[in-house]
Amino acid sequence: MNQAPLNDNSLIQTYRFALSEAERSAIEHEMHHYEDPRAASIEALKIVQKARGWVPDGAADAIGAILGIPASDVEGVATFYSQIFRQPVGRHIIRVCDSMTCFIGGHEAVVASIQQQLGIGLGQTSADGRFTLLPVCCLGNCDKAPAVMIDDDTFGDVRPDGVAQLLEVYP
Amino acid sequence: MKPLTSIGPANRTARNEETHPLTWRLRDDAQPVWLAEYQQKNGYAAARKALGEMAQADIVQTVKDSGLKGRGGAGFPTGVKWGLMPADEAMNIRYLLCNADEMEPNTWKDRLLMEQLPHLLIEGMLISARALKAYRGYIFLRGEYVDAAANLNRAIEEAKAAGLLGKNILGSGFDFELFVHTGAGRYICGEETALINSLEGRRANPRAKPPFPAAVGVWGKPTCVNNVETLCNVPAIIGSGVDWYKSLARPGSEDHGSKLMGFSGKVKNPGLWELPFGISARELFEDYAGGMRDGYRLKCWQPGGAGTGFLLPEHLDASMYAAGIAKVGTRMGTGLALAVDDSVNMVSLLRNMEEFFSRESCGFCTPCRDGLPWSVKILRALERGQGSRDDIETLLGLVNFLGPGKTFCAHAPGAVEPLGSAIKYFRAEFEAGVASHAAPATTGQFVPA
Repeated sequence: MNQAPLNDNSLIQTYRFALSEAERSAIEHEMHHYEDPRAASIEALKIVQKARGWVPDGAADAIGAILGIPASDVEGVATFYSQIFRQPVGRHIIRVCDSMTCFIGGHEAVVASIQQQLGIGLGQTSADGRFTLLPVCCLGNCDKAPAVMIDDDTFGDVRPDGVAQLLEVYP
Repeated sequence: MKPLTSIGPANRTARNEETHPLTWRLRDDAQPVWLAEYQQKNGYAAARKALGEMAQADIVQTVKDSGLKGRGGAGFPTGVKWGLMPADEAMNIRYLLCNADEMEPNTWKDRLLMEQLPHLLIEGMLISARALKAYRGYIFLRGEYVDAAANLNRAIEEAKAAGLLGKNILGSGFDFELFVHTGAGRYICGEETALINSLEGRRANPRAKPPFPAAVGVWGKPTCVNNVETLCNVPAIIGSGVDWYKSLARPGSEDHGSKLMGFSGKVKNPGLWELPFGISARELFEDYAGGMRDGYRLKCWQPGGAGTGFLLPEHLDASMYAAGIAKVGTRMGTGLALAVDDSVNMVSLLRNMEEFFSRESCGFCTPCRDGLPWSVKILRALERGQGSRDDIETLLGLVNFLGPGKTFCAHAPGAVEPLGSAIKYFRAEFEAGVASHAAPATTGQFVPA
């Protein structure tokens, strides 16, 4: 239910993937911080994701070619890490901390409130492509539980009835 | 709009250099302490001493003598870890890694240090790198700590410009470069050898030990991995000496120095304070956290993170140091405690915790990959009141089979320690989840005698 249309057809890509010049030079810059270029694979995926919102099919080949490692290794890394997205996501990412501290603080009611307002559960993207809702490991905001991170902003003491106001800031 | 971690007001006025080596430099406005202010507050004096006057072996010996233990949760003696680095001078490419992958539920101490005192960590790493003969360091920082990343990177640029990082630091002939490496999620990256795999750009599966990272670490080179708070202790130890450091803890404590301790949950004043090892948990809970909020009663508490066991209110008299907490049956962990109030059902709480541990299992070894989802399935059934009569015995079996020494790393043992203690102290709540129409229990063969 509530599956965003984004998640259906766009999974099948018909265009050829190519890194932009900016992405390529950023990845090449990162490589030099390490003894082995492979070490830049996670950063390379983050660079691609920053520019495009997610990591499209074909990125693994392009990144692997720069770093000199098999595309399958890049894909293995991309699918391991929870903050690398291998399918399209919304313009904004809502990360709800689900540590036991935020559980005691009532994070499940916050998730329910988001679900009610956006019509999406954890792991889903709203129909208008505005938000993706994800769980996240402890955000380190435990004295202000429950904590929610939207894009790069962390909020504490989030109440279910305060969610609407919070979301307004992210068009 | 974007609040930074605050240190609890209880000791905001009482901090000083003598008793609060980690936090005395913090500003009351919670803004970062940049280089000029840090140096004005005696910053980098210990680095000047270490690089100018001390032999490398003396730095290691001083840290060994101080009794400093790892502050990431395991509490391994730092000097001993440093001593494991090979003596062979020919192995001259060595790395110092800072474990800043703070994802342990209920832990926000490293975030405070990195956001507000980035130079303290840099100075700690500089001195430690000198002691370990490391030419390069990486701060492995979790990706969600965006403010910490920005502040550390700015502080590193300041230090480079001031000749405190780079070539021939402070005229000593010692070279050290430092990078911030940000992660992309997954709790398991905080495991020392998984962190090394992740830094190398691989899936974060833990590695077999031995060989230990000191012998074969990142890119096969000798590597030392230390927690943020551990490294932040080093400047004061070098600057003010072992005798002073050993005078910090309360009498009776076998651990030395001060520790960032906290209390959260439905307490009046949730927060984080730098306190001497050996204070009683009751003092932390009542004097600093202010006890429970009105209308709530303390049901149980965890001393330091999701991987530590639950304790009862009567255990609050235990002392906050490794052996003090071990006496009442669990580990001190990170030292940031959580109060569980009487409105919380233990089955629901454990369901939440095991969902987390199950999701964050790297999937490499079978007991953890299969056992944790199994525990989630049972806990969900018990929460709905649809458990079977064998469920509690099955959970205890999992506590046994996923315990220390039976899995590849410490992830699963950490996951079942709170489960075992919750069943031990609150068995009736688990029994209440067994369906009234459930079939009678079988022989309970799951748990070996």
